[in-house]
Amino acid sequence: MKTGARILIESLQREGVNTIFGYPGGSVLPIYDELYDSSIQHVLVRHEQAAVHAADGFARASGKTGVCLATSGPGACNLVTGLATAYMDSIPVVAITGQVPTSMLGNDAFQESDITGITLPVTKHNYLVKDASDISRVVKEAFYIAGTGRKGPVLIDLPKDVNTSQLSVQEEEPGPVVLRGYQPTYRGHARQIEKAIGLLRKADRPVIYAGGGVIESEASCELLELAERFGLPVTTTLMGLGCIPCDHTLNLGMLGMHGTEYANYAITECDLLLAIGVRFDDRVTGRIETFAPHAKIIHIDIDPAEIGKNKPVMIPIVGDAKAVLGDMLHQLEKREQKGPWLDRIRTWKEKHPLKYRDDGLLHPQYIIQELSSLLDGNGIIVSEVGQNQMWTAQYYCFKEPRTWLTSGGLGTMGYGLPAAMGAQVACPEKTVFDIAGDGSIQMNIQEFGTIAQYNIPVKVAILNNMYLGMVRQWQELFYDRRYSSTELPSIEFVKIAQAYGIEGMRVDSASDVRPALEAAIAHDGPYVLDFRIEREENVFPMVPAGAAINEMIGGHQQ
Amino acid sequence: MKEHTLSVLVENKAGVLSRVAGLFSRRGFNIESLAVGTCEEPNMSRITIVVIGDDAHLEQVKKQLNKLIDIIKVSDITYHDHVGRELALIKVNAEAGSTRAEIMQIASIFRAKIIDVGTRTIVLEVTGNPDKIDALEKLLRQYGIKELVRTGRVAILRGAKTVASEK
Ligand SMILES: Cc1ncc(C[n+]2csc(CCOP(=O)(O)OP(=O)(O)O)c2C)c(N)n1
Repeated sequence: MKTGARILIESLQREGVNTIFGYPGGSVLPIYDELYDSSIQHVLVRHEQAAVHAADGFARASGKTGVCLATSGPGACNLVTGLATAYMDSIPVVAITGQVPTSMLGNDAFQESDITGITLPVTKHNYLVKDASDISRVVKEAFYIAGTGRKGPVLIDLPKDVNTSQLSVQEEEPGPVVLRGYQPTYRGHARQIEKAIGLLRKADRPVIYAGGGVIESEASCELLELAERFGLPVTTTLMGLGCIPCDHTLNLGMLGMHGTEYANYAITECDLLLAIGVRFDDRVTGRIETFAPHAKIIHIDIDPAEIGKNKPVMIPIVGDAKAVLGDMLHQLEKREQKGPWLDRIRTWKEKHPLKYRDDGLLHPQYIIQELSSLLDGNGIIVSEVGQNQMWTAQYYCFKEPRTWLTSGGLGTMGYGLPAAMGAQVACPEKTVFDIAGDGSIQMNIQEFGTIAQYNIPVKVAILNNMYLGMVRQWQELFYDRRYSSTELPSIEFVKIAQAYGIEGMRVDSASDVRPALEAAIAHDGPYVLDFRIEREENVFPMVPAGAAINEMIGGHQQ
Repeated sequence: MKEHTLSVLVENKAGVLSRVAGLFSRRGFNIESLAVGTCEEPNMSRITIVVIGDDAHLEQVKKQLNKLIDIIKVSDITYHDHVGRELALIKVNAEAGSTRAEIMQIASIFRAKIIDVGTRTIVLEVTGNPDKIDALEKLLRQYGIKELVRTGRVAILRGAKTVASEK
């Protein structure tokens, strides 16, 4: 005899799960009782939103599927933002929620919420399990769905009586997953690949536009090989940073709203755009009609619905980026690099580098550059949302995939600290930094409690401008400096950290930046840095919403 | 803008319809009509959906539907030779006498069945393509339609081909 909860734990173990981020409550008591003496490590967060972000950070850093657990009703509802975050960025997460007993479903019982209904639009799939004999199959399917094709979060809702019910049948391993309606395409169509190669051969001004899909499909090596063999400059989305080393000559950095000028110029001038694992998001394309106006577009994506969604494409290739690029490499010999085009790009890079005022004041960009040089590509950088995120994307030199975790699609403030926690649990030997704003950090600041309790050595660098900086920037530029509800009072974050038993340091001048970062990195345990940056520093260059991406403000003319 | 008929095979599981309906409203796709029922396969159901949109829009609808795990197959049969039918039950005022005779005559022209006769009303059952039902409705309006109940469209390919076998 085994309980449903026991079967759940065994099923999770079969999937290789060794860590769960969660928060207990009435309906999941049977599961917590099984966890008590199981080999799975449970990290008790301080808010369920942090559990799902931590599972997400764990997944992004490790490439495995992250797992979180919450009780019914309020616990389950607190997962929603994190599921939406993971869904928008295609991150594999399995969320397990408790539910009221099956006999009470639909009765507005205590702590009942229709979580499968609520999460329908923000999960790849979800399950309400009504029979314990389905648990092992459902868990297997959930991990399969979350981690294959276009990845994403899957939720499993387990009524309490399903967890407690005793199953007499000898629990066997579930058979192979059979889902008639779910057969992702991995191999690209051979004819399409041939056509794409034909276009690549003929192009004079080709550019690769690579995104999170390259990271999730582990295709960075193939991407680099293709770029080098064919002399293709590469620009990445916010989600794609790290898929080509930032200091590579072919790297153009990030494109789009806060992209580099040279990336945006290259897109505007290119005659062939090879888009890989990207969505043509509005923050990337600006005014869609003027995005890559002279280019023939090849789009490789595992999700057919992304191809042609926002922009017509000449050669669609449905498939896994790694598999498709691998097939392309088989057929592509080394070719003469397109000298004039690469020369032009080099000139743009020299003429329009990213830059900020060098006046000795405490500029956030300088902090990021210093951190970048100290860690030299060996850390994992997580960000919150806002200016802190954009400065990090612009000025940190990412060298490898899975070293940059950020909420790109949803832009969730409060993502950073819990995601950093999850990444640190997945990669204990790495230095993990959360780059935060003073607004964002306060959205999940309670997680200081978790990193303190488990001594998770996450370093938090708060770029404290006493503003909701990114919103203030828009108000400055587009609302006549009317700073409506964006000013924040000064908070002594070091004192807050200390109250949780975490050490920290306040930094007020540029000359203290490096020693402070060194102290944080050297410290054995979590550490909080409160950088009092120039308050009205802006993120430039910037493409105003709805403009063409080569119409940047605050660029080199600044 | 064109009317498209989608024949969708789905797993016969709880919640499938809300997944489909949710997807349409979330993505701003308009459903003209929808009909659900069992089909030739024991564990599957078929949903017939009529949507209006241009070809690019329909392409998105189909791709998004295909992404739902419980959806097995989506076929746009608009450009295939097919028959589509709707059914309507119409309760119309029909005092005994000449109007009643007129209505019965109209019914027979439209090959509608009279399925209930009351002292002051008649209920007609009519099947056909939407134009035919619209025409009948228009004709009956002069007598006073008390209630009209219409189903969504169901559709099937002509000849030996089936939606399940179509590539
Ligand atoms: C949960 C959530 N609420 C609101 C926003 C809108 N928003 C985007 S950036 C931003 C300001 C962020 O301020 P802060 O964390 O201090 O970072 P800064 O921009 O100053 O670096 C806000 C409010 C959001 N992205 N997420």
